[in-house]
Amino acid sequence: MPAITREEVAHLARLSRLDLSEDELVHYAEQLNVILGSVARVSEAVQQLGQGQDIPPTSHALPLVNVTRPDVERPCLDPAEVLGQAPAAQDQRFRVPRILGED
Amino acid sequence: MTTSTMSLPTYDEALASYDPVMGLEVHVELGTATKMFCGCPTGFGAEPNTQTCPTCLGLPGSLPVVNAVAIESAIRIGLALNCDIAEWCRFARKNYFYPDMPKNFQTSQYDEPIAFNGYLDVEAAGRTWRIEIERAHMEEDTGKSTHVGGATGRIHGADYSLVDYNRAGIPLIEIVTKPITGAGEHAPEVAKAYVAELRELIRALGVSEARMELGQMRCDANLSLRPLGTEKFGTRSETKNVNSLRSVERAVTFEIRRHAAVLNAGDKVVQETRHFHENDGTTSPGRVKEEAEDYRYFPEPDLVPVAPSREWVQELRGTLPELPGARRKRLQADWGVSDHDMQSILNAGAVDLIVETVSLGAAADQARKWWMGELARRANEDDVDLGALPITPAQVAEVVALTAAGKLNDKLARQVIEGVLAGEGSPEEVVAKRGLAVVSDDGALLAAIDEAIAAFPDAAEKVRGGNQGPAGQLIGAVMKATRGQADAARVRELLLERLSG
Repeated sequence: MPAITREEVAHLARLSRLDLSEDELVHYAEQLNVILGSVARVSEAVQQLGQGQDIPPTSHALPLVNVTRPDVERPCLDPAEVLGQAPAAQDQRFRVPRILGED
Repeated sequence: MTTSTMSLPTYDEALASYDPVMGLEVHVELGTATKMFCGCPTGFGAEPNTQTCPTCLGLPGSLPVVNAVAIESAIRIGLALNCDIAEWCRFARKNYFYPDMPKNFQTSQYDEPIAFNGYLDVEAAGRTWRIEIERAHMEEDTGKSTHVGGATGRIHGADYSLVDYNRAGIPLIEIVTKPITGAGEHAPEVAKAYVAELRELIRALGVSEARMELGQMRCDANLSLRPLGTEKFGTRSETKNVNSLRSVERAVTFEIRRHAAVLNAGDKVVQETRHFHENDGTTSPGRVKEEAEDYRYFPEPDLVPVAPSREWVQELRGTLPELPGARRKRLQADWGVSDHDMQSILNAGAVDLIVETVSLGAAADQARKWWMGELARRANEDDVDLGALPITPAQVAEVVALTAAGKLNDKLARQVIEGVLAGEGSPEEVVAKRGLAVVSDDGALLAAIDEAIAAFPDAAEKVRGGNQGPAGQLIGAVMKATRGQADAARVRELLLERLSG
């Protein structure tokens, strides 16, 4: 199984808007490889248990489907309370840094 | 910033060398009372950030629960689009950093859409086009950003943005076509017809008002060109958020010309999103795709899978109304009109007006005559939609009824319609105020008939001799004498009676 590279970590960091130092990139690449190696071992074990059958990955811990709610209104939060959590607000809206231009 | 239209080949020149391939992605906001994953209301136009809760604000510890009506609507849309309905499917997180979603992801569906493999037949350029549907999936709308600063109020050049999360989490259905090939020169028209037909369908299902001007329905138009006679698709551009039927047509038209210019120059089309400009019908580049497509989808752990039972799907199939295409065919047969006339009725937006007028007792041909004749002409003159004229189907039906009862003739009916449009009141009121009732007093008519016979003795003699041709001249004279207020049929009856005795 191919190891995750420093470049891939840098790419993921960028997508996650994390500013990582050179040392951290290398460090996280090593850590992620350990994690991926462990997951690969689980996959091997599943393959052996499945005896050649294709066992799909588990995405949910509970065997439930179709949990829904009726289309009925519930109370909302007070906007003052909502915006009170924000670092900046203006005109009853969240004020955020410019969106494009950051790349 | 916008590509100059001066340097572009004409539309015909572009089509002489290239074959357009389209892909249309339409987002429909469902008209549910509450959001997709929480109980916040969805009403349009509320004060900013008053329709939010911990779930749609993405606050820690909040958990989404799916709106049952949204699932039902998604399945009904899928069925109406002749899709298969998934037996089991999941939601997925589409991860991206953009403040229009406070969670840093949008809950969507990825490789397991609720509906897939369908089609929609649309009419354009005098024939039927089968538009293949790739998929229809469920997701949530994003918040609304207002960009502040910069010259234009657009994203580019903005100093900061203000975000309102009232819209964040409103249920969306995204409907994606397979590549549409073979439309050739009709591509823009087919694109427009598809979006129009889809809008009709959504409205007929009652799942959304699909008002494009309110953003309840939005179209992303993908377009690529390939040299005529070749198979391989070219690189596509995606024009985002095209918000009217006319704009869909214009955006596709412009992109065909722009791509042709790029290819003619020997350059490569850049795969990118583009913005459409209503003012001059051009597009300009948005963000370049490549890295933006790295959404790192994964199954949403907070929502359990959706597994609609086959019984439920069958039950929902039973709730589908008569679909717009079938309805049009039925009405055309009922009204006995040609394909061409039906198309004119559709183009004029007169279908529902005629249906309503007929439902109020008017004969179909009469209802059609008024809406497609006098009223269509008037709407055209005033440059308004037919439905926006200050006259209702009930009033038109009343005019038709008065005519059928012999109280109005055609000429007087026109004057009554004119009076109603001028705001003079109901047809009855206009008749009374303007004194437009047909002269049905036989005594008055006979006096006028005798005058006419005296004035045109030759004509009268011929009619007496059994030649009815010249009767028209005599009737015309009577009509003139009564200033058009006589019932022509009655005049003819009385005249022939007079001359046969």
